[in-house]
Order: sequence, then C-alpha cells, then structure tokens
Amino acid sequence: MRYAILLMGAPYSDQASHSALRFARALVDRGHHLEAVFFYHDGVYNAARLAAPPQDEPHLVDAWASLSFEHQVSLQVCIAAALRRGLLDEREAARHGKEGTSVQPPFELTGLGQLVDLGTRCDRLVTFGP
Amino acid sequence: MHDHLYDGDLLVILRHGPHGSSWLKEGLDAALVAAAFGRHVSLLFMGEGVMALMAGQQAGPLGQKGTAATLDMLEMYDIETLLVDEQGLSLFDLSCDELMLEVTCVSSAELARVLSGHRLVLTF
Repeated sequence: MRYAILLMGAPYSDQASHSALRFARALVDRGHHLEAVFFYHDGVYNAARLAAPPQDEPHLVDAWASLSFEHQVSLQVCIAAALRRGLLDEREAARHGKEGTSVQPPFELTGLGQLVDLGTRCDRLVTFGP
Repeated sequence: MHDHLYDGDLLVILRHGPHGSSWLKEGLDAALVAAAFGRHVSLLFMGEGVMALMAGQQAGPLGQKGTAATLDMLEMYDIETLLVDEQGLSLFDLSCDELMLEVTCVSSAELARVLSGHRLVLTF
C-alpha cells in the first residue's frame, strides 16, 4: 500500500516522533511504499538542522534523513508552521534577511496543499501527534 | 438528518479551544487550504473544540489573531458542513443556538457514520 505520515509532535518533547519513525521503518520493512512524511504544528522541529541530542539518544533529525535517502521518502515541512518557529531554508532566510539556515536537507519547505494532495493520493495517511 | 452531512473528502476534527495553543488555528488553516484546492471539507468540533464557536471572542491581549475571523470566512470557502459533538456541548452546558454559526449537532452514535463517510480525517 501507499502510505504517508503526518507528524505533529515536537522531537524529544513527545513520543510522537519516535513512534512515527518506528512506524515508518516498519512500513518499508513490510514492503509498503512510504511516499512522504509531512511535518506540521510542532512536528516541524524534526527538521531542525542544529539539533544536537546527547550521543546515547536517538538522533531523530538524522534518522529521518537516513530514511529519506534509503527509501526515497520525501520529507515535507509546512512552510507557514516552520517560518513562525524559526525554521528557514536558504531561500526563506534570504527572503527574510536572516543569516544562516535552520532546515536540514533533504527536508523541504512546502505548502499545506501538499498534505491534502498526499491524503488524497495515498491509500493511508497516518497521523502522529502529542 | 440529511445524508450529505456524513459525506465528504476531508473531515477536520477540532478538539482544542481558541486560546492556549495553536491547534485550532492550524487545524482551520488545513481546512481552508483543502477547500481552496476544491475538496469538500467538513468540520467537526469536539470536546473543548466547541468553545471555538462561542460568540464575541476577540483576539485577546497577547497579540494573537484569534480564530473568530477565520470561522466567519468558512462560507466563502464553501465549508458548509459544521458539525458539533453533543457531548462537547453538554460538557460546557451550551446549546446549539448559543453558537456564532449555524451548526448541526451529532450524537456519539452518529459520529461513527460521520467518520466513515469521509475519505480523509485530520485531527487537531
């Protein structure tokens, strides 16, 4: 089946990100196709380039990036939710006159329309939230 | 109750009040975007979410925009199916006619049909 995940919990604050990541891994292990993970609400913090958790804890940002590289999963971050929370890519940083970027590639800023599109195109959209 | 109330492309469930967190605002944003993309969107106000429909709410002193203005725009976006969970209303001792928009009350028993009648459900 074609799946998409909607993640709305902040990393380390809630269980949501850990659960979503394990669910994502389980999906691809079972041979399903995970099309994309959409990050909304506080879930956008999963894309934080500067996250530096202790070494003996799971590194969620890197874990999402690895999943994306290994299985061509698109990591889509709601741009409106991200900008408010200080998550900017190169283009947005330039547009807002900010130095540096805070979104980790391959996460990409995109619109809520993409979430609607995923929900329509995929067989299942599974939400993880606090 | 007419059957079309139970059907649609997207059901957005709103379970948070208008103040204290951005859940309601971000849930409504998702509903508006989906409607702008031509989807048939229904809203279901559940639990504390019914407080969103109390009349006379303002932006408040924190400089946040508030959600009443967004709710007023729903009709413009063709979001016409507004459902309120009866239990949520009774939780706050409210009745349908005290709310700022015309809504349809649904019982717990009817909720299952509402959920299964929508292709996609997003909960905020």
